[in-house]
Amino acid sequence: MTGFTELTGKAAPLDQANIDTDQIIPKQFLTGVTRAGYGVHLFHDWRYLDLYEQELNPEFELNKPKHQGAKILLSRENFGCGSSREHAPWALADFGFACVIATSFADIFYGNCINNQFLPIALPSKKMDELFAHVANDPDISFHVDLKNQTLNVGDSTYKFDIAEHHKQNMLKGLDAIGQTLEFDSSISAFEEQRLAWL
Amino acid sequence: MAQTLYDKVWNAHIVEQLGEDTLLYIDRHLIHEVTSPQAFAGLNEKDRKVRRPDLTFGTMDHSISTRSLALDACGPQNKLQLQTLAVNCEQHNIQLYPVGHKNQGIVHVIGPQLGLIQPGMTVVCGDSHTATHGAFGALAFGIGTSQVEHVLATQTLQQSKGKSMKVEVAGKLPTGVTAKDIILAIIGEIGHAGATGYVIEYCGEAIRDLSMEQRMTICNMSIEAGAKAGLIAPDQKTIDYLNGKEFSPTGKHWDDAVNYWQSLTTDVDATFDTVVTLQAKEIQPQITWGTNPGQVIGVNQAIPSPDDFDDPIEKESAKKALKYMGLEAGQTWDKVNVSHVFIGSCTNSRIEDLRAAAKIAATGKVKSNVTAIVVPGSVAVKEQAEQEALDVIFKEAGFEWRLPGCSMCLGMNDDILQAGDRCASTSNRNFEGRQGRGSRTHLVSPEMAVAAALTGNFADSRQFGE
Repeated sequence: MTGFTELTGKAAPLDQANIDTDQIIPKQFLTGVTRAGYGVHLFHDWRYLDLYEQELNPEFELNKPKHQGAKILLSRENFGCGSSREHAPWALADFGFACVIATSFADIFYGNCINNQFLPIALPSKKMDELFAHVANDPDISFHVDLKNQTLNVGDSTYKFDIAEHHKQNMLKGLDAIGQTLEFDSSISAFEEQRLAWL
Repeated sequence: MAQTLYDKVWNAHIVEQLGEDTLLYIDRHLIHEVTSPQAFAGLNEKDRKVRRPDLTFGTMDHSISTRSLALDACGPQNKLQLQTLAVNCEQHNIQLYPVGHKNQGIVHVIGPQLGLIQPGMTVVCGDSHTATHGAFGALAFGIGTSQVEHVLATQTLQQSKGKSMKVEVAGKLPTGVTAKDIILAIIGEIGHAGATGYVIEYCGEAIRDLSMEQRMTICNMSIEAGAKAGLIAPDQKTIDYLNGKEFSPTGKHWDDAVNYWQSLTTDVDATFDTVVTLQAKEIQPQITWGTNPGQVIGVNQAIPSPDDFDDPIEKESAKKALKYMGLEAGQTWDKVNVSHVFIGSCTNSRIEDLRAAAKIAATGKVKSNVTAIVVPGSVAVKEQAEQEALDVIFKEAGFEWRLPGCSMCLGMNDDILQAGDRCASTSNRNFEGRQGRGSRTHLVSPEMAVAAALTGNFADSRQFGE
């Protein structure tokens, strides 16, 4: 998997808290057996007026012409809560996003993002207010994410963000976590030797 | 140093320390059709093997019909996914309980019922309700598909340790108040994201008094407060429950296991990062009014107004939720009519749930304008219920009696609601559109669900039966 180092692009706003993974990608689209093709169904209930995805909802932020081509999604508290479905980051990435910036994230969703080299950035509520204001003033304003330096530049403003060092390294290098763990094969075997007998 | 139960289970599974992460050994891996196909595809692409097929168990539950045993009953896509699971399990020598097998059922119902889940284990599944198994004092949590692949290939996971939260439910639970009401009240107290980053240990007299199945209902919804996992220390009830189960240890192994299990308690002087205490006597039958499980009140409380919330986020969420749910601030529950009732899901589809529901169902008839279905959690639950003639009680009262599966909890099959339908549901999520686009879900106990079916609106289940 290729790594994530820098990203430049527009941001689209979804200014609400508790956006759950059912909302990101509803259940009826989870019957696939591959990781591809979920983007068209992203935010289905909000994005389309009909069940068959023929008619776009013009009121929905992501459908507005000014937000077309956005690579970054802005949201609020507890983004990605609920179901563990990894289809959520797959759908966001397939749609064209590479990063979500929100006030906070649910644990499983956050881990799923890291495992897909899809960058979740958490910023305090006040900073999120500023980001939403930037986009409201100028939908075309350029966001620049530099993962190595953990900075986000928006217009003339610079924001620092936190990310655990091991998550950062995994993102930067595009590490294959399984390949990494398989290097500990002998440790795993040694652990298995001393597991409790009834297990 | 004094340790919590979480510390003890965690420490017993450390394979390697990898900087901030720990390589944690996984004792039990449960898989189902929806979140595993891409994991197997990933293994196959890299020609990797399943390291421990003997520790891996599969079932079909999410996308199956509850009306027919045919795999294509819900269309070709669902069929392909179910067949893919069967092929993957066959190829990798994994025990699968497919539709029609006596051990088939909702993954979080069959695991405990087969004795696959034991105290002190680490348990994972590509499903956020894996926390259910914490009822046994196992560290059980939901994972994404990349992690499913990781566990299949290595039987380990790279994990960061969470913070610890103690949730004590003190005192005796009032008569007619259930485990579901306890967990909904807890989520209402700490909030929908209140336990994000934490592993919860539930304790206190009201928790100790619960049966194993009731404890599963509690732990099941840990994720609805954002927690990584929820645990309850094993005790004699845990041991009695496991005695004689298909995969429980036997002979000397049983004795050794029981000894070990009895050591799995939080040390008296261990400390938690956060402590929350609820008084059991204050808990009423609960009903969610909003679009996340933390938006919940007692049956005798009126629907809140957005102005009741000081926090601007909660205020805004409440405004949006009331609009979506079609409710008015100040409305009382007896004025809220339901069109559907769903009894089932990994939260509330076990035999004790069905017994409790049947007891109330026996006192009346489902209102003619209400569609009510009962979906047992597993083949074994269904057969047990039929032996006790609970199915007869339900059918005579006007409920549909279905085949086991996840069903209307998430509606990956044809058990879905239409826009505007209002459902009293024993499931675990009331998100917008969860049970069907535009549908409105109210989470309740099985008793409260039946009470709603019989009256056509929400009612206090304590006024029925006896």
